[in-house]
Amino acid sequence: MPRSELRTKTRKQKLSPEELSDTFLSHVYALPDGRKLDLCIQCGTCSGSCPTAYAMDYSPREIFAALRAGMLDRVLFSNTAWMCTSCYICTVRCPQQIKITDIMYELKRLGIKYGYTSPSTRSAAMARIFINITNRLGRNNESELMMRFYMAGRWGDAIKNAWRGAKMFFKGRLPMPISGREVAGLSEMRKIREVLERLEEQKAAEEVKH
Amino acid sequence: MEMLYYPGCSVQYTAKMYDTSAKAVCKKLDMELKELPDWNCCGATTYMSVHELVSHGNSARNLALARREGADEMVTVCPACYITLYKTNEYFQTNPEFADMIRQGLKAAGLDYDGGLRIRHLVDVIVNTVGLDEVEKRIKKPLEGLKVACYHGCMLTRPFGGFDSEERPVILDRIIRSLGAEVVEYPLTAKCCGGMVTNTESSKTIPVVAGLLRAAKEAGADCIAVACPLCHMNLDFYQPEVNRYLGGDYSIPIVYFTQLMGLAMGLSQRELEIGLELVPSDKVLGKYA
Ligand code: SF4
Ligand code: SF4
Repeated sequence: MPRSELRTKTRKQKLSPEELSDTFLSHVYALPDGRKLDLCIQCGTCSGSCPTAYAMDYSPREIFAALRAGMLDRVLFSNTAWMCTSCYICTVRCPQQIKITDIMYELKRLGIKYGYTSPSTRSAAMARIFINITNRLGRNNESELMMRFYMAGRWGDAIKNAWRGAKMFFKGRLPMPISGREVAGLSEMRKIREVLERLEEQKAAEEVKH
Repeated sequence: MEMLYYPGCSVQYTAKMYDTSAKAVCKKLDMELKELPDWNCCGATTYMSVHELVSHGNSARNLALARREGADEMVTVCPACYITLYKTNEYFQTNPEFADMIRQGLKAAGLDYDGGLRIRHLVDVIVNTVGLDEVEKRIKKPLEGLKVACYHGCMLTRPFGGFDSEERPVILDRIIRSLGAEVVEYPLTAKCCGGMVTNTESSKTIPVVAGLLRAAKEAGADCIAVACPLCHMNLDFYQPEVNRYLGGDYSIPIVYFTQLMGLAMGLSQRELEIGLELVPSDKVLGKYA
């Protein structure tokens, strides 16, 4: 058992393994082509093609095996989804046309929502910071993103990358880390967000009923 | 010809040389890239990791703005922007339920989208709309003797294919060959560079980056041509780590394909912002300037 499983935090609302599987399925079924998930034949094409499978606690194929065995919580506690780079090679190769990359995204979302992210990954922290910045400014600010990411416990990386970062800054390739809003239509973005967040919840709730 | 252009966040700073060289080259090709007014972040691969529909909503705002400008097509240079906008558009056009939800979101903001836009990447526009014969007509200094490994990466053709093979794309090879340069055999051309994970977990993905650099070196390439800001960042920035990991010198300059196009068209290094990369390219590109 990967060590990361044993050290999960329980800050947020916890779901039982069954509830978790149901929630996951209802969300995936709500995605375009999501129902194809049931068609996995465990051929392993996805795992064999995945560039980062070697660094994942569980390989992509094992997600579908775990789901059937009622052990999806183990996958969520692991680093698997957060090692996915969204390269889509599994998706284009899957003989059953399962949109595996989209499912990886769903795992990340569930992990964030219910606090099941592996402590061995910092990518979830990165995602939260990114969203905070783009919601606030309308666009990304790479300097702020990296600084806040480093401050969230990656000082080693900060030191290692400082010289190269400084070079990029002086070449004009990094913005000032503090900037104001960059998009005039920020309020439009906020309104879109409010409506779609609500619809997202509604739709998943409907799927559970089916 | 004028084309609506979605720049994306990374070409504002990190990949500014991509933006500069793309605009310069398009100008030479008599095409003006007109920036989409008040565009917002498409969400890349990251927003999607927290909210699905909202991420599509952000992306869709750009589609709606583009239609308001009266455009039928919008071009982008960043493959992550390309695939994000493309995906929202594709789902919008093929999934009525999805389209309905997105439109509800847009309506709340006083916007609307009719699904009528086509999202394109610049490599596709250059090869399939402008045409390589037009490129060849404008070559002033052929890049003779330059050996280039063309690295397509993931999102240029995956998952939707569209203008080239998902597994073995050759569109960059064709562009670079039209400049008079030699394209080396590069079997890893569509293998992933680690994407954003290389930024967050570089210690785990260095083997991926190392494989790409080593294969290019072993193929005899002088430089690697890319079409993606994140590919450029990962291959250029992490070379010290790769050299340590492989225990040898695998340094190789990483350039945008538009920079090579510009050089062959007689533009100066300054006009193309060559020199902003971390692993310097003077040794291999200096003689063409
Ligand atoms: S490639 Fe598709 S069918 Fe094969 S194991 Fe992976 S998800 Fe299942
Ligand atoms: S999209 Fe993710 S899971 Fe699929 S092959 Fe790429 S990295 Fe692996």
